Amino acid sequence: MSLFDFFRRKEPSAAATAKDRLQIVLAHERADRNAPDFLPQLQKELLAVIKKYVPIDDDKVAVKLERESGCSMLEVNVELPAPQKGAARTPATV
Amino acid sequence: MAKIITMTSGKGGVGKTTSSAAFGTGLALRGFKTCIIDFDVGLRNLDLIMGCERRVVFDFINVVNGEARLNQALIKDKRVENLFILPTSQTRDKDALTMAGVEKILEELKKEFDYILCDSPAGIEKGAQMALYFADEAIIVTNPEVSSVRDSDRILGVIQAKSRRAEQGLEPVKEHLLLTRYDLDRVERGEMLKVEDVLEILAIPLIGIIPESPAVLKASNVGMPVTLDEKSTAGQAYMDAVARFLGEKVEHRFMKPEKKGFFDRLLRRTA
Ligand SMILES: Nc1ncnc2c1ncn2[C@@H]1O[C@H](COP(=O)(O)OP(=O)(O)OP(=O)(O)O)[C@@H](O)[C@H]1O
Ligand SMILES: [Mg+2]
Repeated sequence: MSLFDFFRRKEPSAAATAKDRLQIVLAHERADRNAPDFLPQLQKELLAVIKKYVPIDDDKVAVKLERESGCSMLEVNVELPAPQKGAARTPATV
Repeated sequence: MAKIITMTSGKGGVGKTTSSAAFGTGLALRGFKTCIIDFDVGLRNLDLIMGCERRVVFDFINVVNGEARLNQALIKDKRVENLFILPTSQTRDKDALTMAGVEKILEELKKEFDYILCDSPAGIEKGAQMALYFADEAIIVTNPEVSSVRDSDRILGVIQAKSRRAEQGLEPVKEHLLLTRYDLDRVERGEMLKVEDVLEILAIPLIGIIPESPAVLKASNVGMPVTLDEKSTAGQAYMDAVARFLGEKVEHRFMKPEKKGFFDRLLRRTA
């Protein structure tokens, strides 16, 4: 890169930044808005099933549907409680 | 067939009332019998912008509650033939309107008018939903600014899910983008979203670009819709938008700044 290029290089304009940010945030908001209405019920039932085996809080199961051209992907995130202290696989600290 | 048009935006203060007054006046100037209704209960302002604040005796809510007849509440504009205003209440709260009451009045107005233009309150909640529920067409007032564009997208979602046309599976509400307070100099400098950007993001047809113009404030001071200021760029841009609404092909003006002469530039630099 020559010195000349260095001085010519332009920051993206404020308007360009605004446009990029808007496109990203709106893509998410539109996906949420168009989420099929069975999702909340599915989330509830999944939670009930998991609770039979593991004690977890109500907000630890998240269900999301990602739609791309051609296929949809159902994403289920379950956050389990941390293993109990003294359990076999807990690495010894201190 | 009478048509119901709603002027809406999600975000507040972007120019819905200014646009309702200007666009409604434009429709009347083009010979259509037009009624502009103020849906912003509690924050009545359309009367001031239209310059008829001292003629308000009964309002929209009085008619809904059966305390006055529609003809007693309608105010006929003194300057423009075919133009009427239905003011709202300044004192009642937002819950004073009911869906059934609104429907009854709109049905009655439809028998008399060509166009019924609803000036929506800001927001995406009940008040705004009431103003757009019966709409045949919606004009989305948007400023070239991130929060306004985002809120326009959200109100579009409401129109597509919660309007009468959506709920009853009828032909969808026809959507139009009205880009207002467009500042050519700032767009040119890359400081403000340009019309192409907003169009690409919202993806609805453009009905008009209203430039940022001192004529708007001046007109509001004297209670005159800016369309009646024929020399102003804003007034001309609103008339163009009306023509496009009526199906005419009109080139978009006011998209490029006026050519500045050498002396203008010099003056600006030293100013
Ligand atoms: N093209 C324009 N150029 C300059 N100023 C404008 C323009 N359009 C609107 N304004 C100004 O913006 C302000 C807000 O306008 P207006 O009251 O029409 O917005 P609104 O969307 O109806 O607000 P609210 O959400 O509170 O009902 C006013 O002061 C008005 O004069
Ligand atoms: Mg308003």
